[in-house]
Formats: sequence, structure tokens, C-alpha cells
Amino acid sequence: MEIPYAVYPRPDTGIYNAKVGIWLFLASEVMLFGALFSAYVLLRVGAPTGEWPHGWLNVTLGTVNTLVLALSAITTLLAWVACKTRQFDKFKIFHACTLMLALTFLCIKACEYHDKWIHYEIQLTDGRIADGHLRGSDANSVTIEGRYVTDEKDLYDLRAQKEIKSGEITIPRSQIKSMENYGPWHNTYLALYFTLTGLHALHILGGSIVIGYLWGPGRKLWKTDPEHFTNRIEVSGLFWHFVDLVWIFLFPVLYLT
Amino acid sequence: METIVHEFPPYREHETAPEPEAHGHHADIGFWRKYIFSSDHKIIGIQYGFTALCFMLFGFFLMLMMRWQIAHPGAPVPVVGPLLAKLLGQPAAGGIMSPELYNSFGAMHGTIMVFLAIVPLAFAAFGNYVVPLMIGAPDMAFPRVNMASYQAYVLGGVVMLVSFFIPGGAAQAGWTSYSPLATSIPTDGQLFWILGMVLLITSSLLGAVNFIATIIQLRAPGMTWMRLPFFVWAQFVTAFLLLLAFPPLEAAAIMQLMDNAAHTSFFLPTGLAVGGQLAHISGGGSPLLWQHLFWFLGHPEVYVLILPGMGIVCEIIANNTRKPIWGYKSLVYSVLVVGFLSFIVWAHHMYLTGMGTKIATFFQATTMMISIPSVIILTCLFISLWGGSIRFNTPMLFALGFLPMFGIGGLTGLPLGLAPTDIPLHDTYYVIAHFHYVVAPGTIFALFAGIYYWFPKMTGRKMNEFWGRVHFWGSLVFMNLVFMPMFTQGMEGMLRRMADGGANYSAARVPGALNTLPNDIMALHTWILWAAIALGLAQVPFIINLFWSIHHGEKVQNDNPWEATTLEWQAPTPPPHGNFAEPPQIYRGPYEYSVPGHATDFTPQNEPDRPGSPALAPAH
Amino acid sequence: MSELKTAEQHNKPLRGESELHEHPVDFNNYLRRCVYVFVAVVCAVSLMLVASYLPHFDWPAKVTMILAIACSNAFVVAGFLMHLISERKMIYTLLAFTVFFFAGLIGLTVWAMQDFPAGTTH
Repeated sequence: MEIPYAVYPRPDTGIYNAKVGIWLFLASEVMLFGALFSAYVLLRVGAPTGEWPHGWLNVTLGTVNTLVLALSAITTLLAWVACKTRQFDKFKIFHACTLMLALTFLCIKACEYHDKWIHYEIQLTDGRIADGHLRGSDANSVTIEGRYVTDEKDLYDLRAQKEIKSGEITIPRSQIKSMENYGPWHNTYLALYFTLTGLHALHILGGSIVIGYLWGPGRKLWKTDPEHFTNRIEVSGLFWHFVDLVWIFLFPVLYLT
Repeated sequence: METIVHEFPPYREHETAPEPEAHGHHADIGFWRKYIFSSDHKIIGIQYGFTALCFMLFGFFLMLMMRWQIAHPGAPVPVVGPLLAKLLGQPAAGGIMSPELYNSFGAMHGTIMVFLAIVPLAFAAFGNYVVPLMIGAPDMAFPRVNMASYQAYVLGGVVMLVSFFIPGGAAQAGWTSYSPLATSIPTDGQLFWILGMVLLITSSLLGAVNFIATIIQLRAPGMTWMRLPFFVWAQFVTAFLLLLAFPPLEAAAIMQLMDNAAHTSFFLPTGLAVGGQLAHISGGGSPLLWQHLFWFLGHPEVYVLILPGMGIVCEIIANNTRKPIWGYKSLVYSVLVVGFLSFIVWAHHMYLTGMGTKIATFFQATTMMISIPSVIILTCLFISLWGGSIRFNTPMLFALGFLPMFGIGGLTGLPLGLAPTDIPLHDTYYVIAHFHYVVAPGTIFALFAGIYYWFPKMTGRKMNEFWGRVHFWGSLVFMNLVFMPMFTQGMEGMLRRMADGGANYSAARVPGALNTLPNDIMALHTWILWAAIALGLAQVPFIINLFWSIHHGEKVQNDNPWEATTLEWQAPTPPPHGNFAEPPQIYRGPYEYSVPGHATDFTPQNEPDRPGSPALAPAH
Repeated sequence: MSELKTAEQHNKPLRGESELHEHPVDFNNYLRRCVYVFVAVVCAVSLMLVASYLPHFDWPAKVTMILAIACSNAFVVAGFLMHLISERKMIYTLLAFTVFFFAGLIGLTVWAMQDFPAGTTH
């Protein structure tokens, strides 16, 4: 006996099985990201005043990523509509766009991560702090493009500081007390940034793999059972839209506040 | 309002109609696809069941070794001491459990029992086997996801077991893995614990999605919501608890993983000192955050542990009293309310974290409120016994034993739920006694009852009655002897998780000091140890009975040896792939026993009103 | 799209034309709606950017404004792209419970961290 309502909706609920399944899964994902957001709220509210970073992330890149993802959500929906109206060629184009946009998002993300990776805060022996992006290093010295500050607090709120002059600075290793890059270990804001966006990026990757599979080898099902295939496109599309929804909240919370 | 679906299934998978003979004809798929990589819910249910029982036995052995250490601190463990020393090396040098080893056994006993034994057995094993049969479905809604869920569970279990053998041993920070301790312990055990937990959580989430979708979508025609057996309702609510409560723990586990591996400070406060030195961390984190996120799952988790058991007991009581369950509607509404409230009571595990009075009062209020539907459920089950023709077979004995045991467990939870009385009792043996009463003579009895009850459907044979009774009486007596004294110990102030069993605080060590643990309280350790050993011996007849009866048990005469009304007993024994030869049509509720005027004292759910009549009974 | 069907109607062989009549989905209609949604998203993002750089507002006020705009943005995406507006009661019920528990998780945790006896923390 085949499993009923796998393709066509059950009359009293009006939904087919996979759609119930994906909405249930998305509910659990809401709780997952919700817990991470609650961690963000708590750690930010609990931080001492003046010690929460602002303006550490590139807002332009973030905005571009937001629009890229929004566009991919639209191409995902149109891919489903194309399946529903049995226009398979249009489906192929739209989901190819979705995959390209996803790749763009991940590349921009990788650039942003790299930017943080090479951004160093160097504590000097004379009490000053040098802060900037690593340009070169050898056995005797370290070269960064950045600036000196005397108080660590000056490094937090970059938005409040009108003009930040940065130039090339070479620091002999003998003057360096400690050196740490802007990884997740550097402070809780970055920990949250990397964890939240990292988990989100994993979801983008997972979603891309599923959509890629359906676009590629999985398209065989279209020939034998187009409605079933359409449902798979819808269900994977719902997941993709959810991932877009998460970014809609991540972007302002991390980049704009 | 509910439309009754007449056609089943009312669609076609393929373009052309399949030949009538094609139904149920599956080419022989070979041993591996049939038994190991199966997507059939019954095979998966049995896989879960056996794996979970093995883990339960392993967790039991961990506990036995701990109880030895508590009763005889510093003495080599008899019998298994040399084996421990050989397997684990330095932490068990000379067969003596070091404090670190005791802590890791304690952490892993809790983790294994909760996540690897009880939840997989109660929810996944029984749920997978019985629920599709009870609702008249051919399988779960997503059979391959079901298989993936089992595989994730096994992988998680393997990771947890492997962690015993890595340098430094398994996790040591309790099953609750509180930060900053969990991050400060310099071994990799915690890392393995977190990875294992992520796999187990994934398994549970996939299972939960499957269960809910199956119960919503695959009920047979005529199986309305209010005709579902209570066991299905219990599994439905349990699945929702797992679905919505586990993800915050997954998020917290990811953050603790980052703390451990990437040196972040999600849960590590500024100014943390480890080993007398300032820790090299960024600080700014909150240990309380971990506790909130953990217990947000932790409390619904305990309802996950108990609800399937209540469902099983309800089925068995209805069947063995030969009368309908009293208060079916109350049971359904109560289980829904319990599920809902369980999400907003969690901080009663955190009364001693310096909470203010307002928030403590809020959680105290919701905790007291949640006891009401729990009591309603227990009361309905008790009242169901009144006026019944009780058959005292082994499943019924365990089901009856569940009732007072859960009563004791539940009632002793009340002083813990009230903030003022929790102050002297928090983290003492009173807590251990309370939760073990609910889970050990509570849930585990229900699970034993379920095994004896559904064994004939799975195998076509009954388990031996005499040895079943031996198992029951032995378990009942010795469980109480193990856990009842712990209430007294807790009230005297004996704390949890002490590797020396409290010897450091005993009157024997510091005679004349105030508020030490008196000798008679310490003496209870020896009694408890012997009771635990006897409890273990009482399980031996069960283990032998289980395996022996598969091939040598008394054969059942028909598909419905217990003369039950629910649908799983109307299926062939054991049910084939696809379960029912014809899709069942449901006409009545789940507990139509002793209906006046009926020829037999039970009316199965799929029996029509009049022979040959297509009329349908009205939905509730 | 959500009408009850009898077995006969479902079992009819699927061909493109008859399928379209049973499930009236108009591609151009959807395309138009998608353009509107994208425009709405662009507007929302611009508004958030503006709100974030507004002078004379302190951070709590700005955060509230930005989150409100993000919520409406999310509503547009969820409502139109995820078809949530035309979904069934069952999905709404599931999401309502999820939202409630999500609110409880964040709200009760924040409350718990803020409510402690005076003088017990620094």
C-alpha cells in the first residue's frame, strides 16, 4: 500500500504530507535561531555600557547580501510557479539563478569573514593599542594598516567616530605584548556574529545542495510525476524562504544596530 | 466540522492505474535492506527498542559501579575492577574509581538513561511500531526520514560510548553540562558529549516531524481526533515537545561547542578564574544563559519521558479492566495542557541561582498549575479501575504498579516546585529520589508493561507469565528499596554528585560538628547498594524471557490474543509491510469494551455497526 | 487550490491543460506580485538603513524602529513568498504556538536575568 497524501492534499487538512513536514521543521528552526537571538539579546543587554561594538561590519556588503538573498527568494518562488504551470524551461532558468545568487551570497560572506580574520588588535608594551588589517609580517616586525588608540573603548563604537584615519604602521615584535585577530574569541559580539552567520551560511549551503540536486539529477521525477516534483520544489522553496527570513532579522540586528 | 474521508487513498501515485496484484508485491529486497537499512516503521521500532534496551543495561551498570563507590569510597570495585583498570587506564588504576571517573560515570549515566535509553524506547520504539498501526496507516509519513533518524541515534550513541575511551575519559560535568565547568575541564570528553548530543537532537527532531505529520495526515477513514487511542495523543504531544523544545538546547550546545573549541565566551563571565589563574578569554558571557537554554529543553524533556508511559498504561488498563477508560476527554485535554504548560515552568530548576522573587513566583505558579492536569490524568486512570473485571496479567501488573509509583514521584515533586521548600532540597538526594521515582518505577514500569503487552503482536508468541510476575515483584520491591531511603538522605542534607558518598561531611569524620550526616543515613548506602544489585538480578528473568519467548513462547491463537479494541490488534501477526491488506474503516471510539447487547465484551474500532452495512457512526 | 476532491477527480490522468484548469496558477500574475515584493523589500532595507543612521535617537529607540521594519519585511516575505496568507488553519495554529513559545523563551529569560534581589550582583 502506498503512503496516502504524499502528492495530493488530504481533504480535511488541505495539505500534502511533505508540506506538513516542512512547516513542522521550520517551526523547530524558528526555535533554534530564536534561542541564538535570545542569547544575543541577553549578552548585549548584559554588557557594560560603551563596550558593545557598533559599525564593525561592512554595511554595504550586508545590504548587497540582503538584496541578493531577497532576489533568490523570488527566483525560488517563480521556479515553483513555472513547475506548477508546467513550463520546465522557465524552471531551469529560475533555479539556476537561485543557485548563482546563493553562491554570490556565500562568496561575499567569505570575503567578510576574511576581513575579520586579518583584522588584528595588538596590545603594545607601552600601553597603547594598534588596531588594523594585517598587511605583512616577518620575524622582526608586523605591518598593519590601521591606527593607534590609547583606550580600548575607542575601538568599540566606530559609528560614533567621525573620521578614522588609518595608515600603514610597522610594529617591531619587541613592542608587542599580545596580538589577537577579530575572530569569535575576540569578544562576545564577534562570537555571536560568527555563530549566527555561520549557522545561517550552513543552512544556505544545505538548501543550495538540495535545490541543486533537484535542479540536476533530481529532475528525473519531472518526467514520471510532475506534480510530485512540483511539490518538492515548493517544499525546498519554503525552506529557502525561511533562510531568507532569518537573514532579514540577522542583517539589521548585526549590521545596523 | 470534521469531514470523514471515504476514499483511502484518494489519489494515484502513477499515470496509469497499477494492476490489482501489484499491491504489496515487493521483490525480495535482501537481508540488508530488510533488517538493517529498513524504512519499515516496524523494523525501525524494533531496532530502536533493542538498541535502547542495551543502552539502558549499560547505564544500569554504570550506576552499580557508582553505588559501590558511594558505599565503599576508595575501595577497588569487585568483579569488574580489573576490567575497568585495563580498559580505562589511569582513572581506574587498581580497580579504584577516581573522583573524575565517578563524575564521568555520573554524567554519562544520566545522559545515556535519558537520551539513549528512555526517550528512544518510549517515544521512538513504541511510537514507531504502534502508532501507524493504531491509526490505520501503512507506514510513517516519511519512511526514509525515519531510517535517517534511527541512524543519527546510533551514531550519537557510538560517539557517546567512544568518549569513554579517549584520553581524559567521558564528559564529567553532569548530564546538565553547566558552564563554566564544562568548558574548564581540560579534556575532550565534553566535546564528544556535545557532538553526540547534536546527533541525538537531530534524530529526535526528525522523529518528531515524522510522528506529527503521520498522526495529522495518515489517520484511516473514520479515525477522527477524538477516536484516537490515548497512546496516540500522548505520542502526539510528546512529539511537539521534542520539536519545539530541543532546538534551543541545540543552539546552546553549538555555543558551548564554540566555547570549548573556538575559545569564545558565550557562557564564560568576565573575570573567570580557572585553577587560581585568570582565564585567557574575552569574557562577557553568562553562565546563567546556558542554564536557561538547557532547562528550556530540560523541563519539557521530563514530560517526554513520562507521557508515552502514561499512554501505554492507559491502553493496558482499558484492555484489562474490560471497560472504557474513565474521562477520555479529560485525558486528552489534560495531556494537551501539560504539553503547553511544560514550556513555561523551566526555571524551577534554577531557584537557587539568585533569582528575584517576582520571576520565582511566576515559575512557581506555573509549576503548581502543571501539576493539576498531571493529577487529572492519574486520577482518570485510577477511576478507570473502578467496577472493572480486572485481569492480572503481567502487562496489567506493571501498569497497576506504575500508578502509585508515579503518584509518589509526582507528589514528591511538589516541595521541589515550591521555591521556599526547594531551598533546602535543591541538589540533594531528595531530588534524585523524586525524579527516579517518576522515571524508574514510573516510566520504566510502563515500558515493561508495553513490552509484555505488544510482544505477541510483534512475534506471534506470548512472553512467559510466571517469569513476568517474578520480574514484576522483584522490580517493584527492589526499586522502592533503592529509592525510598534517598528521600530521607536528601532531607538530612546529603548532596548530589559526591564521589565519596558524603563521607567528607559525615559525623564519623568530624565527630561533634554541627549538621553532619549521621551514621544511620550513611549506613543506608549499603542497603541501597544491595537493593540495586538485587534489582539488577531481578532483570535477568526478563532478559532471558524476552529472547527465549521469541522462538519458544506460547503461540497465540489469533491476531488479537488480549481481545483488544484498538486497530493494531486487527492487523495480521506480525503485520506485513503496508500493515493492512485493506485500508481499515473506523466506526467507533478506542475503548468500546463491554458494550451492552454486544456478543463479545469488546468491539474493535473497525467493526461496522451492522454486518455488511456501510453506515458510518457519527464523529464526536 | 484547496477544494476537496473525490477519488475520481484525483485519479484522472494528468495532462498539462486539464491540470491548469484544476489549479489556476497564472505565471504573469505571480511575476507581477514578485516585483511588488522585491520593491517592498528594497524599501524596507532602505528604511532600516536610514533609521540606523538617524541622529538624535538613542539605541533602544533605534533598535525598536529597526526591528519593527524588519518584522513588516518578514511579514511580506512570509505572507507572499511562502503563501502563508493563503495557508490552512493547521499551519497557523502550529506557527501561533511556535511564536508563543519563542516569545516565552526570550521574554522569560530576559526577565529572569533582570530580576534579582538588590545588591546581589555588580
